Amino acid sequence: MLSLFKFKGGVKPQTNKTQSVSEPIAVAPLPSRLFVPLHQSIGGTPQPLVQAGDRVLKGQLIGAADGWISSAVHAPTSGTVRAIAEHIAAHPSGLTTLSVEIEPDGKDEWIERTPIDYAKLPPERVRELLREAGVVGLGGAVFPTHGKLTASKTVPMDELVINGAECEPFITCDDVLMRERAEEVIRGVGIFRDLLQPKRVLIGIEDNKPEAVAALQTAVAKLNEKFEVIAVPTRYPAGGAKQLIRVLTGKEVPSSKRSTDLGVQCFNVATAYTAWRAVTHGEPVISRIVTLTGNVERPRNWEALIGTPLSEFVALGQPKADTNGYLMGGPMMGFEMPAMDAPLVKATNCIIAGSPTLFPPKAPEMPCIRCGECAKVCPHELQPFEMYWFSRAHNFGKTQEYHIFDCIECGCCSFVCPSRIPLVQYFRFAKSEIWAREKEKNAADQAKARFEWKTEREEREKAEKAEKLARAAAAQAAKKAAEAAAAAAAPAADSDATPAPATATAAGVAAQAPLPAATESATTTDAPVDADAAKKAAIAAAMERARAQRAAIQPKNTENLTLLQQKDIAAVDAVRQQAGIEPAPAAEAEEPKS
Amino acid sequence: MMDFSTPPYLLNNASVQRVMLQVLAALLPGVAAYVWIFGPIILVQLALATATALAAEAAMLKLREKPLAMFLSDGSAIVTAWLIALTFPPLSPWWLVVTGTLFAIVIAKHLYGGLGQNPFNPAMVAFAVCIVSFPALMSQWPSVGLQVSFADQARVVFGMMPRLDAISGATPLDTLKTALKLEEGTVSVTQLLADQTVYGFFAGRGWEWVTGGYLLGGIFLLWRGIISWHAPLSFIAGLTLLSGALWVWHPAQFANPFFHLFSGGAMLGAWFIVTDPVSGCTTMKGKLIFGFVAGALAYLIRVFGGYPDGVAFAVLLMNICVPLIDHYTQPAIFGMKDKS
Repeated sequence: MLSLFKFKGGVKPQTNKTQSVSEPIAVAPLPSRLFVPLHQSIGGTPQPLVQAGDRVLKGQLIGAADGWISSAVHAPTSGTVRAIAEHIAAHPSGLTTLSVEIEPDGKDEWIERTPIDYAKLPPERVRELLREAGVVGLGGAVFPTHGKLTASKTVPMDELVINGAECEPFITCDDVLMRERAEEVIRGVGIFRDLLQPKRVLIGIEDNKPEAVAALQTAVAKLNEKFEVIAVPTRYPAGGAKQLIRVLTGKEVPSSKRSTDLGVQCFNVATAYTAWRAVTHGEPVISRIVTLTGNVERPRNWEALIGTPLSEFVALGQPKADTNGYLMGGPMMGFEMPAMDAPLVKATNCIIAGSPTLFPPKAPEMPCIRCGECAKVCPHELQPFEMYWFSRAHNFGKTQEYHIFDCIECGCCSFVCPSRIPLVQYFRFAKSEIWAREKEKNAADQAKARFEWKTEREEREKAEKAEKLARAAAAQAAKKAAEAAAAAAAPAADSDATPAPATATAAGVAAQAPLPAATESATTTDAPVDADAAKKAAIAAAMERARAQRAAIQPKNTENLTLLQQKDIAAVDAVRQQAGIEPAPAAEAEEPKS
Repeated sequence: MMDFSTPPYLLNNASVQRVMLQVLAALLPGVAAYVWIFGPIILVQLALATATALAAEAAMLKLREKPLAMFLSDGSAIVTAWLIALTFPPLSPWWLVVTGTLFAIVIAKHLYGGLGQNPFNPAMVAFAVCIVSFPALMSQWPSVGLQVSFADQARVVFGMMPRLDAISGATPLDTLKTALKLEEGTVSVTQLLADQTVYGFFAGRGWEWVTGGYLLGGIFLLWRGIISWHAPLSFIAGLTLLSGALWVWHPAQFANPFFHLFSGGAMLGAWFIVTDPVSGCTTMKGKLIFGFVAGALAYLIRVFGGYPDGVAFAVLLMNICVPLIDHYTQPAIFGMKDKS
């Protein structure tokens, strides 16, 4: 017998699981409408492949995976696509998401299913197959399964952990699945084992599900596998992937690492089941087992189609009169469904009808008394009261020092807090603020880079202009000087040219400045210089000096530009020229009035 | 910002009020012994302190525009009041405990932000303020064994009867210190402690029962999970180790650890003061440091300092250090214990 490890913290809420396991899984009848969201997994959002009016078959691809970390979406039954439109999502925000609305035709007609012997396929092809079949983590995280089926190149794969713990109160969908379809679960685990090649396969189930443990053990023996089916102590959140890995292997996966870096990977039992159905039966993920329990007359588990509207689903359980809302997921980490037409999705493991007696209104929030109960129960050994304090103070840097991103939002802290502080809510707030700020900062950094690049380019252009102008002015000055020299030959002193103060100053500047052009013109002419000419010479000299100065400053970062960037610059320059907003030459204002 | 109908939807039945009520319940064995040894006058002091605390709390909540009912019923002010009443001499004039309680609630608690915000233990602030301001009154304890009727005790408390030296004196702890000082070199601790009329079986006649009652209450809190063992046991360890070392070194000059543990405020301090979550350390290592140093400091102050007991000052000194200790004792989190 494997010796188990412990994770710190955790709580023991009333499990409330017996209500929904007295009856076997039933297949839910076809709903009148299905709303299948295209984005049902972590990663890229699939693009719709069908149009309104199209007839689709059961299992037909309606949204192809977009990118490697993404998962395909399929029509849950045969029927007609009525619309591809925004529909309310199964999400607490109440936001909408692009969904395919299908009107079932009642025939439930399958696409052509091709069973595959995956042992004959290369591993890459099996992973692709799972991606195309929309297999995602059904424990609730909905991470595309194929993305987790590549072992680390450097760390040998020690353990494959299969999660049948199901630690959240009320939820029994994995329990009944293991009881009733144990063999297929084990066969699915076999696929994962073949792809990852771990040394050991450990299946963890909380010890409040002895029937499931027995069923899986029987199936393992029957299929002649070497998997270990282990009953783990019932303590929430033992079913958290990291907690179960800890309990079964003793390894602690930090937030900064992937579990494969420690030679371990974890999948949910229902995921294994769907992987088996997908690969060897050609059935994509179009339905799942959903527990319908809580304040209903008939709590039980249903095999329901993805996209079934909540209203039609809950009607199956006959909700009692005082039902005041529906939770998706368990009472610890679940959320209230935003509307009755929100659909069941791949992440929907449980729907709990709530009532004021089942979930009484919470007592008002009191100040934190630093009793440390939250820290005692935190499975990640954090200091929730400190994170709460700094979240409240909007001191988000400090929340990160206290490792807020290691928080898995399991809710143990809120469960025990005597001050009834909604701690998880504060942490979610802090996390989203930090994300928003990081996004903002990235945007600002980009804008800054853009601005600096633009300024440099403008400076470079200015320098080039000035140089051109200076050259022209110098030439003109030389010409003028020559003319003046010619005029000086005739002793007709320009008597009416009373030197204005400005001209005098200009002459003064010219006299002071050791300017090659001016000196040259003065020495070569060897004659009283015309005030006007002197001024012009001075300006030309100043420009020359400026040019020399600018020549010393080389524009930066314009050398190794990509072709695309060069094209961008050219385009911008063209636009600027068209608009006539060339930068004014610096010396223009001082242009002599002749 | 906050939506209160958020997960988890399932909560246990904890509340601040439940915590405080259990602390009050844990004080009952000590209070019962107190009544038995010193008479019911302590109940008058408890009532005075409670009434003052609730009135001050209500006034401050009103001033600060906070919900009255929610905070008045949390029980925290009553806990403070009881701790004050139990640390003040039972025959002290009525206004002494009222002054102390007012100071604790108004200044030490509410001016720092109310429940959960006070850096110093309010009851210890009250004790420190009063022992500094009224040292004589705070050192006059009823003599055990002298039977004074409840009516006379009440007259003393309400100033209708002059204080009689005959009915009050120093605590055994204080008496021992004074005796050692007066008769330096001529008398040993062992000889002094043999006087059972003052020192009882091991730590002060009558007092042994009261402090034993606090110990019982502490064990109850430990069993209920209201407190953790770290702070109280390390406080006891700090006090025991220091007093034990000196006792072993010079038994004629220093009393044994047992005497120190069961006299003065040591037991009340260990189970009800250093365990205060608000003004104490929050990390387990921090609690150990806080308790140990507070225990050692309490011993140093009561034996070498000028005050009859050192628990209050020791705790207040450690309250100052809490942010520092907490900062340097943050535990490694899940998955990050391996330093490599």
